[in-house]
Amino acid sequence: MKFQSLTVGSVLALSMATMGQAERGSDGHVNVIYWQAPSILNPYLSAGTKDVEASSLVIEPLGRYDQDGALVPYLVDEIPTVANGGVSEDLTSITWKLKEGLKWSDGTPVTSADVKFTADYCMHPEGGCAQASFFDGVVSVEAIDELTTKVTFNQPKPNPYGPFMGGQSPILQAAQFADCLGAKAPECTEANFNPIGTGPFRVTDFRPNDVIQMEANPHYRDAAKPAFATLTLKGGGDAAAAGRAVMETGEFDYAWNLQLAPDVIAKMAEGGKGKPIAAFGSLVERLEMNLTDPSPELDADTRSTTKAPHPILSDLKVRKALSMAIDRELLVEVGYGQAGRPTCNLVPAPKVFASPNTDCMTQDIEGAKALLEEAGWTDTDGDGVRDKDGKKLALLYQTSTNAVRQDFQALIKQWWSEIGVETELRNIDASVFFGGDPGSPDTFQKFYADVEMYANNFNGTDPQQYLAAYRCGGEPKPESQWQGENINRFCDPAYDALIDKLANTGDLNERGKIGIQMNEMLTKDTYTIVPLVDRGRVSAHSNTLGGVVLNTWDSELWNAADWHRTE
Amino acid sequence: MTEQTATPKSFEPVPTAPPRSQWADVWRQFRRHKGALFGGGFLVFITLAVLVGPYLWTVDPQKLNIRFKDIRPIYTALWDGDAKVNWAHPLGSDNLGRDILANLLSGGRASMAVGWAAMLISVVIGTVIGVVAGFFKRLDGLFMRFTDLVLSLPILPLLLVAVTLFRQPLRKNFGPETGMFILIVAIIGITSWMQTARIVRGEVLALKEREFILAARSIGTKPFKIITRHLLPNVLSPIMVSATLGLATAIITESALSFLGVGFPSDFPTWGKLLSDAVPRMEEFPERVVLPGLMISLTVLSVNYIGDGLRDALDPRIRGR
Repeated sequence: MKFQSLTVGSVLALSMATMGQAERGSDGHVNVIYWQAPSILNPYLSAGTKDVEASSLVIEPLGRYDQDGALVPYLVDEIPTVANGGVSEDLTSITWKLKEGLKWSDGTPVTSADVKFTADYCMHPEGGCAQASFFDGVVSVEAIDELTTKVTFNQPKPNPYGPFMGGQSPILQAAQFADCLGAKAPECTEANFNPIGTGPFRVTDFRPNDVIQMEANPHYRDAAKPAFATLTLKGGGDAAAAGRAVMETGEFDYAWNLQLAPDVIAKMAEGGKGKPIAAFGSLVERLEMNLTDPSPELDADTRSTTKAPHPILSDLKVRKALSMAIDRELLVEVGYGQAGRPTCNLVPAPKVFASPNTDCMTQDIEGAKALLEEAGWTDTDGDGVRDKDGKKLALLYQTSTNAVRQDFQALIKQWWSEIGVETELRNIDASVFFGGDPGSPDTFQKFYADVEMYANNFNGTDPQQYLAAYRCGGEPKPESQWQGENINRFCDPAYDALIDKLANTGDLNERGKIGIQMNEMLTKDTYTIVPLVDRGRVSAHSNTLGGVVLNTWDSELWNAADWHRTE
Repeated sequence: MTEQTATPKSFEPVPTAPPRSQWADVWRQFRRHKGALFGGGFLVFITLAVLVGPYLWTVDPQKLNIRFKDIRPIYTALWDGDAKVNWAHPLGSDNLGRDILANLLSGGRASMAVGWAAMLISVVIGTVIGVVAGFFKRLDGLFMRFTDLVLSLPILPLLLVAVTLFRQPLRKNFGPETGMFILIVAIIGITSWMQTARIVRGEVLALKEREFILAARSIGTKPFKIITRHLLPNVLSPIMVSATLGLATAIITESALSFLGVGFPSDFPTWGKLLSDAVPRMEEFPERVVLPGLMISLTVLSVNYIGDGLRDALDPRIRGR
C-alpha cells in the first residue's frame, strides 16, 4: 500500500515537473553508475551491453523499442509499416525518412548519407562488426534523397526492423568515421571514444574503463531537453557498491543492472535514498558450451576456432549430462528470488516465441551419470573424476566477476563433481570479459575456456536477429578481429535453413513456431546453450530522479532525455 | 712468590656464571617485551592452526550444503535463543552452506603463504638494493633511479599485463592454484621492495660515516664483511618494520587481486576473499566479515609486535637496561 502511494506520488511529481521545466540544462548534474565500465562508445565494435547502453546517450538509432516492446520513432517522424507505405507490399524493402532539421552535435545536418554509411560500416567485408546480425539479408542501402533511405533485403522480411532500430544499431556520422572502414575500424580511437551523435548528450571526456563526462547536446532536436546540463557516467566497481551508492548513500542517481542476491537488494532499499525497479524481458542467464578446442597448446589461429572441434564437449551426451546435473530452482532461490525464474529456453518471451520446453527443470544426477557412462566416460583410476582414453573429464568454467555468478559457479561445480566432472573456475573482471578487445585473451568472444556463463537478451520483441546469430561462419575468429555473435561456434545447415525460413515468413504464429523450433535446436536438442535463469532486470534510481522508465527491450538509458530532477 | 700470585686473585672476582652468548642476551631481552611474546605466541598458534588444522577439522571447505546455509556461529545462541546454530558448523556457514571454520583454516594457508613469501622476496630485494646503493657510491645513482622507476610503475596495469602474459604458461606447468600462487607472490614481491630499499639506503648512508665503520675499514675489513657484521645488524630494525608492513600489504593485495578476478580461482578460499565475499551481507552476518578480518589484523599485529620486540632486543643500547 505504502509503496503504491509512493509510486503514484512520484508519477504525479514527475508529470508536474515535466510541465514545470522547459529549459535545457536547468536541472544541473546527474550521476549514473555502471558497475561494468564502458570501454568504447561504438556498439558496432563491442557487443557488451554496457558499451551499447553508454553509447545510447550519444548516438541514436532511427527508432527504439519502448518498455512494452512497441516501436517508437526517434530520428524519423513515423515508423515505416506496410500500412503507411514505408514497407513494400512484398516485404523486401523498407524506406526510412529522417526528420527535417536534425543536426549532429557538431551542428552539421544529419542526412541519409549517414544512414547509408552506417550500413556500409557494419557490412564491410573486412571489418568484424559486432552487430552484423542486424544487417542479415540486407542487399543494398540507398540514399534516395537528402532524408530518405531505402533498405532492400534479399528476400521478404516480415520483420524489417533490423538495421537502424534499437540501441545496438545506431546511426554513425559519415564524416567522422569515413576513414574507419573495415580492418581500420578498431584503430579509429578518437572516433570510437568520442562519437558525434544526435542523442541528448555529447562526450566531453572519455576515459576507457573508467568514467565518461558528458554535457547536454546543444543541437538536440527537442529544445527543452535534456533537463540535465551535464552527466557523469562512472564505470567499474561492483554491483553491490553501485546499489549502495544509489540506495544507501545517495551519491549516484541511477545504478544499472543490480545483479545481487535478493536479500542483499532488500537490505539496501532500507537505506531510503533510492528504490530498486524491476522488469522482465528476454534476459537469460545461460551456460555456453564451447564446441571448439580452447586448449592453450594450439596456435592462436586454431585455438577456439572451428578448425579444432572440442575434444569433450563435441559429444551431445556430455553436454546433456552437464545440463541434467543442474538444479535450476535452487539457482533461482540463491541468486535472484523474485527477480528470476528457472528456464530451459533461450527465448523466454514474448509468449508467441516462448517454447513450452521444460525438459531441464528437474535435476537428474543419476541420469547424468548414466549418460556419461554411455558416452564412454568412466572413472577408471578411482579418483572421482571420469576419464576416457587417458583424458580427464575436466572443464574450465569462466564468467565475469559478480557475487551471484560466483555462487552459481560454486553450486554448479559441486553438481558436476557429483557426476564425476572436474571443474576449474575462473572469474574475469566484467569490463574486460565483455570488453570485446581483440587483444585480450579474456573476452567472452574469444572463449578460451570450455564453458562460460553470462546473460544476454535481444532488443525489441522479435528474436529473429538474436537467433540468426548462430549462423555458420558467424563465430568470432581471428579473421574477424574476434567479433561475431555465434559464441558457441555452432554450425548446422538445417538451422541456417530455418534462419532463412524465419526471414521469409510473415504470419506471426508461423514465425512463433519456427522460432520455437530454432530455440529448441539450440537448447534441448543439442544443449549447445544451457539456459539457467530467466532474469528480471533490476536497476535502481534515487528518489530525486524522475522520468526513469526501465526498459528491458532496448537500452536502459533510452529515455535519458526525459530524465529530470524531482524534489 | 705464592703470595704475589695469590694477592691479585683475591681482588679479582671469579666469573661464576657461564659466559653468555649474544643470542641468549637477545632472547632474554625479547622475553621482557610482553607484546612481542604474545605476538610470537599468536603467530606460532595461527601458523600451526592453518598447517595442522585442516587435518583435525576435516570438513571440506568447498563443500556446499544448501540446507545448512546461513548458520550463525555457536556463540550467537548465548544472546539470541532463536539463532540458527549447529554444532556441525561451530563458526557457522555462508550463504551456500560452506563451513566457515574450514574456510578460515584453509584460507589462512593461502594467505599466510602468500604474505610470507611475498614479504621475504620484497625484503631481500629491498635490503640488497638499499645496502648496495648506500655503501657503494658509484652504484648509488643507478640503483636509486631504478628504484624511482619501479616506484612510478602503476601496479595494477602491470599486474594485468603480467597475468595476461604469464597465466597460461604457469597454469599449464603448475596447475591453476600453484601457478597463480607463484605469479601473485612474484608480482607482489617485485613491486613492493622500493620503500625498504630507500629506508635501508638512508640508514646505511648515515652509518657508514660513523667511527666504528672507519675503525673496521682501517683494520682492513672487506666491504662484504663490513656489511654483514656492522651494517646489517644496525639496519635490522627498519627492515623489520617494513617487513611487517610488507606482510600486511601482501595479504591485502592478494585479496584485491582475487576481487578483480585475476587472483586465485573463485572457489579457492583466502582470508581476503572470505572478507570481500562477506561484505554485501555484513549487517546480517557480521561474523563473516569479523572473523577473517580479525585473522588478518591479529596476524599483522602480532608480526608488528615481534618486530618491535626484536628491535629492542637487537639494540645493544637498550639491551640489559
